[in-house]
Amino acid sequence: MAIGLIVNPIAGMGGSVGLKGTDGKEMQARALVLGAKPHCLDRTRQAMETLAAAFPRAEIIAAAGRMGADAVAGLGLHTETIPLNSSPNASETRRIAAIMSKRGVSLLVFAGGDGTARDVVSATGLKTPVLGIPAGVKMHSGVFAVNPRAAGRLVADLLSDSGRRIGFRKVEIMDIDEDGLREGEISARLYGYARAPYAKLLLQAAKGRSPVYDDAALQGACNEIASEMNPNVLYLIGPGTTAKRVLTALGLEGTLLGVDAVRNGRIEATDVTEQQALQLAASGQVGIVVGVTGQQGFVFGRGNQQIGPEIIQRAGTDHITVVAGAGKLAILPEPVLRIDTGDPDLDDSLRGYRRVRVGRGQSMMMRME
Amino acid sequence: MRKDSEIRQFHAAKWHEPIVMELGRPGARGQVFADPEQTILDAVGDASALIPAAMRRKDRAELPEMTEFEVQRHYLHLSQMTLGMMGISLFGTCTMKYNSRMAEIATNRPELAETHPYQPAETLQGTMEIIHDFDLILRSLSGMDQFVFQPGGGADAAYTMTAVARAYWQAKGQLGKRDEVITSIQAHPCNAATAAAAGFKVVTLPLEENGYPSVEALKAAVSDRTALLMINNPDDMGIYNPDIKEWVRIVKQAGGLCFYDHANFNGVMGKLSARELGFDACMFMLHKTFGGPKGGGGPAVGAFGCSEELAPFLPTPVIVNNDGQYVLDEDRPQSSGKIREFWGNVPIVVKAYAWARCMGADGINLASDISVLANNYMDHKLSSIRGVAKSHPDFGKWRMEMTRWGLGPMQEETGIGTVEAANRMADFGIDPWWMSHEPWVVAEPFTPEAGELWSKEDLDQWIAGLQQISDEAYSNPELVKTAPHNQPIAQIKGDWLEDPEAWAMTWRAYQRKHPASGSDASGRSSATAAAGGD
Repeated sequence: MAIGLIVNPIAGMGGSVGLKGTDGKEMQARALVLGAKPHCLDRTRQAMETLAAAFPRAEIIAAAGRMGADAVAGLGLHTETIPLNSSPNASETRRIAAIMSKRGVSLLVFAGGDGTARDVVSATGLKTPVLGIPAGVKMHSGVFAVNPRAAGRLVADLLSDSGRRIGFRKVEIMDIDEDGLREGEISARLYGYARAPYAKLLLQAAKGRSPVYDDAALQGACNEIASEMNPNVLYLIGPGTTAKRVLTALGLEGTLLGVDAVRNGRIEATDVTEQQALQLAASGQVGIVVGVTGQQGFVFGRGNQQIGPEIIQRAGTDHITVVAGAGKLAILPEPVLRIDTGDPDLDDSLRGYRRVRVGRGQSMMMRME
Repeated sequence: MRKDSEIRQFHAAKWHEPIVMELGRPGARGQVFADPEQTILDAVGDASALIPAAMRRKDRAELPEMTEFEVQRHYLHLSQMTLGMMGISLFGTCTMKYNSRMAEIATNRPELAETHPYQPAETLQGTMEIIHDFDLILRSLSGMDQFVFQPGGGADAAYTMTAVARAYWQAKGQLGKRDEVITSIQAHPCNAATAAAAGFKVVTLPLEENGYPSVEALKAAVSDRTALLMINNPDDMGIYNPDIKEWVRIVKQAGGLCFYDHANFNGVMGKLSARELGFDACMFMLHKTFGGPKGGGGPAVGAFGCSEELAPFLPTPVIVNNDGQYVLDEDRPQSSGKIREFWGNVPIVVKAYAWARCMGADGINLASDISVLANNYMDHKLSSIRGVAKSHPDFGKWRMEMTRWGLGPMQEETGIGTVEAANRMADFGIDPWWMSHEPWVVAEPFTPEAGELWSKEDLDQWIAGLQQISDEAYSNPELVKTAPHNQPIAQIKGDWLEDPEAWAMTWRAYQRKHPASGSDASGRSSATAAAGGD
């Protein structure tokens, strides 16, 4: 039951100096020039102190130096170190994560933000469960604990007898394009999925995680949406796990991360761009089926930019179906859904109260802003 | 401050009690009867032949063989190990009240206990008079024109509403068109469930910034498809929706019906009338607000009342007063049919009647004042406890008879959330609190409801319990995490509850699913562990 530990020592530095992230060498240098202080190691240490206090017998396999071992030094935890081949960087993160995954660690704990999450998960896939100590600027992925101490406690609970209260589930790995963010544009993308631990009875642990009891109702909603589809309409479905359920209800495979085009019960194209969708639609009617992003409650403009303003206009508001679990909607930080299609006039026309399908014959009246 | 409100010392009884099938010894009996006399034998003949052959058992029933004393002792031990409801139980949304012995004794009288609804109505006039008089009392509290007591609980009464609405729209020829029921996320959850069960589509309104849904959301949901609005006020957040008259107006303007679910009546009883607010129907929970015992889905009563316009669609029979003679009106051709057998749980109606007569109109009015005052006293005290957060803190107005609180901050800072704290409460002889219906809209929720029953000393005990848990969470969280410590059973492993292959509701199922640990002597400890363990 060894725990892997990887720290991205420069994660989070951009935040305090308004850089919205430190992806890439140039930005890291700029962050230092602007006076950013690395706090990732401190936050990792908070998590590890909590772990050491609650479960002193924990065994750690840590990346060397600032990439992990420094954060556990002196805490009395049994620690094995994996040496670095270079100064800390993304490829080191990926290389060490792969070694840990191969070694069969029971959980890989990393400290950083969405970029670090992507690096780690690209090496581990769904094989090794991962847990993020929140230390980045952007943290839209579902792998992060509420705070460093909560991460430490979760690990301790997993290792100790009360581990029976810890479950694992598939969560989204999201990231935002930093260049766009600096220009004032947010565009979160879904990069993949990871397996992350969660405390079974603590439903609120992370905003946007769908409570388990949504499951059956949500499938009911998706089955109903599938059964209501009209002939000769081009339906754009996805991305994400919720919209994927509609494809499943149709008996189709499709893609998880892309937008798939379906007409007359058949997939016409997978992972389409807006232009491809417009071509496929030709002069026919378009329907759109989308989910809601768990973190901020976005319907359009986060992770589904392929469904752009032109195609949304083509569909028209009556042919847009939004589907989400009632629990996911209830725990949004604010009781609103958000739209950011890139066309302010279109955004205006979509504002107001709209029905979100939450179960078979069940909908929730949500305010869109 | 802590001096007058110190936690009372408590420890529950703990017996290592095998389950009853593992007790006793061959030949043990509760009662040993003398052999029948010859004259009786001659008169009866072969007694077993009186049972038709097809119905006769081929083997003896597998019952534990025990003396009567041992059986009594066994169940006494089990009752000592249950959590009970005689602690301090501020179980929000449930309005816990004392069930008076006087009312209990009244219903045990032979005039009620030894009667049957198949008796001729002329021989049940006293019972019918009580039901009819109580109907009149509820009419005066609601402004409705007719009540029935058939529904066996609050959800059953909500279902009655959907059945009445279905019959109403059927009679109007609009049943297929009026196919939507509107409710809110913090209304009694059975509203959405029963509407769906009755075949309606359900539109749910979320809470907005004020802690209740907005008029705009309602307007967006209402259309010519609206059959019915099903709503509580206050809902489970304990916040009174001040726009309620406007809500009713909007729905009625669109032609829909309006149902006031009075599950949370305690804070407003005597203060408002559902009919005056414009509602077409309402329901009261006699096992909550009116002091009747709760029955775990069994002997409860949801009293359903409606306007004259909806009365023809009520389930039958309706008890009516014909010039001093009480009769069962079964001849109601537009009735939605039976919701439950006979007239409902009549003993609970009698107990509620006794409660209402003892309280009187002034007493009922005063009780709602006390319950709101007590809750606001608690709000004041709870807000100074570390790690505790009130829902919608910026709402700015007083809450009604309960408040939705949360341990979100405590959970983030110490790992102690609502489940752990509820477990620890049981260590002080305080019944674990009600958290929240799902979905949880507040992190780590709990919902205390003080009501009018508990004294200030009891409330202070309860508050002191939470204060102590907060102190422990920040100094020794492990103590709370591993609670309860003073109860017969600590935390159980949940795996069994989630695995149909492992759980067993009967001895036979237990033996089938766990053959290795069957009924022999070596299986005793494992069966006991399966039933609870510690």
